Amino acid sequence: MTRRRVGLFLTEEEKFDVIIVGAGPAGSACAYILAREGKSVLVIERGDTPGAKNVTGGRLYTYALELLDQGLHEEAALERKVIREQIMMLSGDRAITIDYHDPSFNEEGRPPMSYTILRGVFDEWLAGKAEEMGAMVACGIRVDELIERDGRIVGVVAGEDEMYADVVIAADGVNSFMAQRAGLIEDIKAETVAVGIKEVIELPAKTIEERFNLREGQGAARLILGCTEGIHGGGFLYTNKDSISLGCVFMPEEAGQKKKSVHEIFQDVKMHPSIYPLIEGGETIEYGAHLVSEAGFRGIPKKLFREGFLMVGDAAGFVINTGYSIRGIDLAIVSGIAAARAVIGAEGTAAAGPLYMEELKKIKLLPTMQAQDGFSDILETAWLYDKVPDLAADVFENLFTVTGEVPGSVKKDVMRLIRSNDLSAWQFIKLGFKGMRAL
Amino acid sequence: MSIDRMSAPELLGLNRFNVDEEEPHIIIDKEICRRCAEKPCLYVCPAVLYKLDKNGEMSFDYAGCLECGTCRVMCKNKGIIKWAYPRGTFGVSFRWG
Repeated sequence: MTRRRVGLFLTEEEKFDVIIVGAGPAGSACAYILAREGKSVLVIERGDTPGAKNVTGGRLYTYALELLDQGLHEEAALERKVIREQIMMLSGDRAITIDYHDPSFNEEGRPPMSYTILRGVFDEWLAGKAEEMGAMVACGIRVDELIERDGRIVGVVAGEDEMYADVVIAADGVNSFMAQRAGLIEDIKAETVAVGIKEVIELPAKTIEERFNLREGQGAARLILGCTEGIHGGGFLYTNKDSISLGCVFMPEEAGQKKKSVHEIFQDVKMHPSIYPLIEGGETIEYGAHLVSEAGFRGIPKKLFREGFLMVGDAAGFVINTGYSIRGIDLAIVSGIAAARAVIGAEGTAAAGPLYMEELKKIKLLPTMQAQDGFSDILETAWLYDKVPDLAADVFENLFTVTGEVPGSVKKDVMRLIRSNDLSAWQFIKLGFKGMRAL
Repeated sequence: MSIDRMSAPELLGLNRFNVDEEEPHIIIDKEICRRCAEKPCLYVCPAVLYKLDKNGEMSFDYAGCLECGTCRVMCKNKGIIKWAYPRGTFGVSFRWG
């Protein structure tokens, strides 16, 4: 793969059909479709290689790749197909793990539901596919400004260079300076994001498979509740081919208020007696961090376009967090496809924006996000993050404790434990109602 | 080496960085930071790059920055007077991500 680094001195006459800022999944998916349909596309990436600035938990839901091109997942740079969905609750030294295994998620003859991925690997592969389709990917270039003419975005400025296009697509991620420059968003508000931090821990494939009860190529995805010292957030663990991605996500606002270092809390999680044996003997090979939008549907900017300008992926706030699953990379790819379809289908630059909104609906992205908007209401419940895992562990402790004494009534014990955790049955009923209303 | 609790500098030592010695991508105004009561940056930076020195003054080194943006988003009194991505080819390069 050869990529031009600098020196794209182009005049307004030599313009591209489309310039895409950012070679993440949204940008590359968009470039892939546009180039395949014969458009001239320039993707500008600030990292040395695509993916070099990107961090995920994480996993990719396969349907998005299939939407891009059928069979693409078979050659994609993926880690392991997820066959185990796990939820873990930690309370002090104690732990509860729920392990859901459903063979129908991975039946022969259709693409597995999801794969674990590493972005340094995956993003470079996907950008390479866009290049194969004819897109030009220029790495190591930071776009500084947008060029505006008569109220229309017509290009970008990177250092000394000016580059022109009919449409500029902002695929520059959660800190979208492009969308800010276009005047479509203000800087991110602290309460709408979380900070994710993770270590990639190298381990032999065989060891991973033994510890997680997997066969070759199979993987586990785990979300962890009760590991953030009461701060809104949680932990995650994904098994890659030869490594484990272990991390935590925190609402930074609360970490700041509680004066707790996110780095230190995460180090505690690593050493937890139920986490440590999973990574024991491994070696940390990378430490990453990234912001993730937590606002869901209600956090999507009011306007995702102006003439000559569209926003896709994280830049547009396309993330869904339900508490039991997190989606972002699939939505990024899908939004990139929608943007490409809009650009191809639009007659004139003014039509592309409204058409993009139509395509986002048609491709089910906006309806999906709207349908799951209510999860934000439930996830703001503060006691979910400490008291619920504490209570769950107390109940399990009660159930599994055998001492030879006459056991008490389970019902009475549970009510007592609810009270001792400073909760009330009423709170659960209220949350239940809230849940029914929201979902 | 096996798994153990690691300090932020130890963890950052595992990453690949190409530090832009000429142009810091984040600049703070220590005078504003001195007057900031909350100082959330001390707790929310995953790389723990914001620290108080012996005199209680804010010290910050952009060299190990993971470019997440949390400090900018959290900065209450705008002691961070510049926050941009590093110039092209500079900053962190995640191999795995």
